Amino acid sequence: MAEIRYDVPNEQWPVHPEKATLEGRNKFVGFWTFLAGETVLFASLFATYLALKDQVPSQEHLVAADLYHLELAFVMTMFLLTSSLTSVFAVYHMRNNNFGKMQLWLGITVLLGAGFLALEIYEFVEYVKLGHTFRSSAFGSAFYFLIGTHGFHVIVGLIWITLLIIRNANRGLSVYTAAKVNTASLYWHFIDVVWVFIFTIVYLLGVL
Amino acid sequence: MAQVKGKKAGFGAVLWDYLTTVDHKKIAIIYLVAGGFFFALGGIEAMLIRAQLAVPNNDFLSAGLFNEVITMHGTTMIFLAAMPLLFAFMNAVVPLQIGARDVAFPFLNSLGVWLFVFGGIFLNLSWFLGGAPDAGWTSYASLSIASPGHGIDFYAVGLQIAGAGTLISGINFVTTIITMRAPGMTYMRMPLFTWTTLVAAILIVFAFPPLTIGVFLLMFDRMFGSNFFIVEAGGNTIIWEHLFWIFGHPEVYVLILPAFGIFSEIFSTFSRKRLFGYSAMVFATVLIGFFGFMVWAHHMFTVGLGPTANAIFALATMAIAVPTGIKIFNWIATIWGGSIEFTTPMLYALAFIPSFVMGGVTGIMQAAAPADYQYHDSYFIVAHFHYVIVGGVVFALLAGLHFYWPIITGTMLSEKLGKIEMVIFFIGFHCTFLIQHWLGLWGMPRRVFTYLDGQGYNTANMISSIGAALMAIAVIILLINIIKTLVKNEKVGTDPWGDGRTLEWSLPIPTPYYNFANTPLIRGIDALALEKEEGDGTIPAAGPVEAIHMPNNSFIPFMISFGLFVAGFGALYFASGKPWAIDAVANLPEKPWALYVLIAGLAITFISMGVRSWKDDLGYYIPKEELEADLRELEARERGAK
Repeated sequence: MAEIRYDVPNEQWPVHPEKATLEGRNKFVGFWTFLAGETVLFASLFATYLALKDQVPSQEHLVAADLYHLELAFVMTMFLLTSSLTSVFAVYHMRNNNFGKMQLWLGITVLLGAGFLALEIYEFVEYVKLGHTFRSSAFGSAFYFLIGTHGFHVIVGLIWITLLIIRNANRGLSVYTAAKVNTASLYWHFIDVVWVFIFTIVYLLGVL
Repeated sequence: MAQVKGKKAGFGAVLWDYLTTVDHKKIAIIYLVAGGFFFALGGIEAMLIRAQLAVPNNDFLSAGLFNEVITMHGTTMIFLAAMPLLFAFMNAVVPLQIGARDVAFPFLNSLGVWLFVFGGIFLNLSWFLGGAPDAGWTSYASLSIASPGHGIDFYAVGLQIAGAGTLISGINFVTTIITMRAPGMTYMRMPLFTWTTLVAAILIVFAFPPLTIGVFLLMFDRMFGSNFFIVEAGGNTIIWEHLFWIFGHPEVYVLILPAFGIFSEIFSTFSRKRLFGYSAMVFATVLIGFFGFMVWAHHMFTVGLGPTANAIFALATMAIAVPTGIKIFNWIATIWGGSIEFTTPMLYALAFIPSFVMGGVTGIMQAAAPADYQYHDSYFIVAHFHYVIVGGVVFALLAGLHFYWPIITGTMLSEKLGKIEMVIFFIGFHCTFLIQHWLGLWGMPRRVFTYLDGQGYNTANMISSIGAALMAIAVIILLINIIKTLVKNEKVGTDPWGDGRTLEWSLPIPTPYYNFANTPLIRGIDALALEKEEGDGTIPAAGPVEAIHMPNNSFIPFMISFGLFVAGFGALYFASGKPWAIDAVANLPEKPWALYVLIAGLAITFISMGVRSWKDDLGYYIPKEELEADLRELEARERGAK
């Protein structure tokens, strides 16, 4: 591992600090490989959801068209897409060796992500009140498992980025911490991309 | 003989070293020992199966116990024996083959092995805790949902833990092979074993997540009241079959591709020739990996997916024969005109070609969907997959064990005992499984615990059981060989086979913990053979000796895995007696302590992970002086040997 230096002057700061060390490159390739596996994980979840969509034991159970509200899904999408943009700003400032602004944009990312999560919890609570639960039908199981796994990923991402902000607060930027921030940002983008598919396949196709 | 540096360490120190190691060479040994242990367990289960089936109307095993034994035989052999043993060779050899100091993520490497070990122990503890899983290694949902007791839950949780370890190791090897290659080691100069490891690791990354999801569905349905497979609530059990085989078919290529890699190395080494058609071999490997994902439904021809789906999957399946055929011809052409040396690994490799081709041909027969309706669920299938798995993978594991033994332990297994073992194993293997083709065509179904007298199955089953006993004898001879060799502890020097062609044979034995004092410079395919023919037989250095950065040992991976192991028990017993669980589990007495065990286990895992992320572990440097001293000593030792 290259020597870890904090407060590197701008002219010595590499263009791609996250890939400046062998460890950084390993992390980059390894994490992309992990995301490839995650893609298949979500693909399996989508397949399960599509196979079990609207599969309910009897007429009284609500199905997708009765439940979903595009308005809420749209607001949630805006929260998450914007948080992806702010995480890009964070990485931009990381590459420009601007630690303060990087931390700021990471913080905004977390807030937007938390907003998304709050709306998702609200949505789940409303559905449960309507009798659409994890145990009520095969449709319910598949819905909550798909959306819930995505929500779980959001929680992990929020904790991850929050810990990075706190952990790095005192030490600043180095090629070592830059790689960590970049990896978390990749993860956050991935969650966002998955949500785009959820919006299309679950909500949009659900109300049609 | 050179003196081994340092004092002999006590048992406790050695144990602690292995529990905390992040060195790929030591992790290989953990994989080898644990995988070997589970291989023995799976083998004992196989013996029980054949003992039960040796004579008609046998009551050696009860019907229920027989179901548990066949389930655990399959599950153990695939997940806990074959794959970890292949990981042992990958760990021992691949970093050396590409000129790397270690794998890309040494910490994750350690985490992977301990997750596998704890997952395997968890699965096998089911024998003592109320009964093993009994729905077959495929655990089809329609069966497993109704299975009483916690057996299936042990299967689900155990596979989840071990599977996480496998996925982590897969990611690790993909990254290692992409980023850690020495200067000059281009993709098209990588030894075949490295290539097949890369493709197998990519298959792991793409194939294991569907299994993870499938097993989650099963766990949720059995333990937490969901309805994925509960038909009354709208569920569909075919989803399990799809998810399982989307994992399960690539899984068999995860096993066979590294086996192909091991054989490619052996053929080339002991024919003293370059591998024939190297680029075609690489291309075929990648193609097999690609096709591996397009054929899963050939396990489901009789499910009723319809003629269109069956036809597509039948064609894709038959297409796999093309790249596999390319490989077979290239191996034969490699031997052709070579200066052949009949060592134990080479004998296994030569026996592999006809054995595996037979398994491949029956595979093509089953790929014809209409014909498969006849073979389905009969002993013909059992014969087929044992021909490819034993005739391919197990032969490769045994060949690889003899071949790479010097790299792993610094000693050489007895060739005489090795050849006796090989001959007995080869005869026993064909004796066991060849006759099962006919048994299947005569109508004997698989997974039955006994059969009636007078149906014409008696002699054939007896022959099969005798063959199984022969294989057991061969494995016992191997064990004797291993013990004798370890006790004798006669160290060998660099390139013990004398014909090593790839980079791993250029290293001194025992290999230094940092592998390469100097980063090697690779000038072509078969780097060592090239230097033997054109240079002075040593690998040139890419630069001057420099301080090497090394990772620190860590106990954290063991603790993370242990935490999940504990949490597994909590999750499993948490469902006992709960009204929402499936009937088979809800009938069990409630376990109020289970929730606390679950929380305690997760706490161990998350605290361990927290320590890992909070404490920066920056590793340490081996000073240049130490490396130079080692190099001088090595040179002196080599002069002394001459």
